[in-house]
Amino acid sequence: MLPRFLPVRETILSVAILALLLLISTRFSGFIAPANLANVFNDTAPLIILALGQMVVILTRCIDLSVAANLALTGMVVAMINVALPGLPIPVIIAIAILLGALMGAVNGLLVWKLAIPPIVVTLGTMTIFRGIIFLISDGKWVNAHEMSSAFTGFPRAAVLGLPVLSWVAVLTVIIFGIMMARTSLGRSIFAVGGNPHAAVYTGIDVGKTQFLAFVLSGALAGLTGYLWVARYAVAYVDIAGGFELEVVAACVIGGISIAGGIGSVGGAVLGALFLGVVKNALPVVNISPFWQLAISGSAILIAVAFNARAGKAKGRIILKSAEAST
Amino acid sequence: MTDATSQTRHIPDRLHSRLYATLRSWEALLLAVAVAIFIVNSFTSPYFLNAWNLSDATFNFTEKAMIAFAMALLIIAGEIDLSVASIIALASTAMGFAAQYGAGTPELVIIGLTVGLLCGAFNAFFVTVLGLPSIVVTIGTMSLFRGISFIILGDGAYRGYPADFAWFGQGYVFWVITVEMVLFVIIAVIYGVLLHKTNFGRAVYAIGNNPTGALFSGIRVQRVKFILFLLTGLMSGVAAICLTSRLGSTRPSIATGMELEVVTMVVLGGVNILGGSGSIPGVVIAAFVMGLVTFGLGLLNVPGIVMSIFIGLLLIGVIALPRLWTMIAARRAKP
Repeated sequence: MLPRFLPVRETILSVAILALLLLISTRFSGFIAPANLANVFNDTAPLIILALGQMVVILTRCIDLSVAANLALTGMVVAMINVALPGLPIPVIIAIAILLGALMGAVNGLLVWKLAIPPIVVTLGTMTIFRGIIFLISDGKWVNAHEMSSAFTGFPRAAVLGLPVLSWVAVLTVIIFGIMMARTSLGRSIFAVGGNPHAAVYTGIDVGKTQFLAFVLSGALAGLTGYLWVARYAVAYVDIAGGFELEVVAACVIGGISIAGGIGSVGGAVLGALFLGVVKNALPVVNISPFWQLAISGSAILIAVAFNARAGKAKGRIILKSAEAST
Repeated sequence: MTDATSQTRHIPDRLHSRLYATLRSWEALLLAVAVAIFIVNSFTSPYFLNAWNLSDATFNFTEKAMIAFAMALLIIAGEIDLSVASIIALASTAMGFAAQYGAGTPELVIIGLTVGLLCGAFNAFFVTVLGLPSIVVTIGTMSLFRGISFIILGDGAYRGYPADFAWFGQGYVFWVITVEMVLFVIIAVIYGVLLHKTNFGRAVYAIGNNPTGALFSGIRVQRVKFILFLLTGLMSGVAAICLTSRLGSTRPSIATGMELEVVTMVVLGGVNILGGSGSIPGVVIAAFVMGLVTFGLGLLNVPGIVMSIFIGLLLIGVIALPRLWTMIAARRAKP
């Protein structure tokens, strides 16, 4: 039933996005020009990357609300490193960002794995702790564009084959996660842990460890995005990407990833993120105040989750096996 | 086989004495922490032991605690509401909107409470009627409710509340006893009685421990949950009235992040985040602990965002430390 259901939901979402694009193009035809669509994709790239990390976490029946704070803290750290050591090559910066992000993900993961604290509590807590640490290390000051080296800020914008590096990173992440979820034992265990933790234990999967790895993956992607975000906007301060974790969760929920774990796909997460990205970029074009954004993503979460529940409604508990067989 | 299991499990016919249980309880530990913080604070800052300063300090927790009582019941029943701060924003915006058209204080109070109830009913509908997980629903409504405030207000603000509206957040009943403090005590008593002395309270515990079992023992699970969401919405409305009255203005970003502090207060008060156990006295003491910590740090000129580190550590620490302790104890017990 599962493989049959998933493509349906992705088709619906793709049709919804196309319909949305058509609707916008009736008001402003330039929106669907290839160059503008590439811009929209580039603008949505951080959301796509983070949504993939969040997807893995949600699939294992957890949730990571600390991604935006992780992003902001990593961004601040690499920006400060760049100010202190302007000559440091970009690959080293990226490695630091990914490692630092993964480390923060590991903190979440360890608390969930070893101490069995509910993920929502852990990540609500670490969310504020990470934000607070940014204030402590930066003293509340901003790191501005002129303090960063041109190599640092130029990397995500450098064009390769017509698209900025930021977009390519998103594409690469989608490919890697697509392969990981479908073709590796880690990907399969992530689905197994979320689908039925007890059965997963009996097949020899360590549930806690898989959840830990999911948090590390999510953290690593948040760290990577932290560098890309700070470099792209050429500014780092305490409140960057404030509230972005909700948008990331929204992208996953809209993409059909079940919050109860075990159901979801890479394609769904990407489409969910793209849907939000198109809406966000279309609002100013069709003359709607950007203040509508928050209410729209809230409504999108509610509609998507109600829709998910209808589509994937579990049957009632079977009490009489013979009665069930006769129907 | 049933015989074997019932024999191996030791069931005492009498529990420890009540005094012993009280002394070992989470509430007693918390009370000790509160007293310790009080003593430390009075030594580190000369401004701490002053009736007016302490009275001001109560504002740090009274509004949050009002919501925390309702949230405690909700969490004990196995659900959660992350939209409370956004309900405050929406209720406050509605009151501000009405005040622009000359609504008096009684109307404003009715509007605040009604918006709170409606928001609670909205959450309850999605959770109990459609059967959706409350975490996702309230993350959604958290964006939606505050989003509506942003649509109405944009980057503007409402001011110009009637003069007597200030009574709720700035008034004093007697000497240094604020109106909010009195409200806090009344609400604490109501919720304490509701949870610990009524059938409804027993139903809340039963649902948190085993919803299916509760259903089969004749409890209308969905109806109880519906009422709990209504109560949380109503309390957010009360908090919105107090906060708006105290600040005298409304911005769409009002009370941002308060849901975290409310949940922290509830968990710190010994309520199991997975549902099934917890008490109102625990939440009351937790409210004082959080109020004293933030007030003490404030007197030492610690900025708000650094205080939030303490809140975050407190939230994780209070759950992690007992578990770490039992893990270490279990490891030691092994030969």
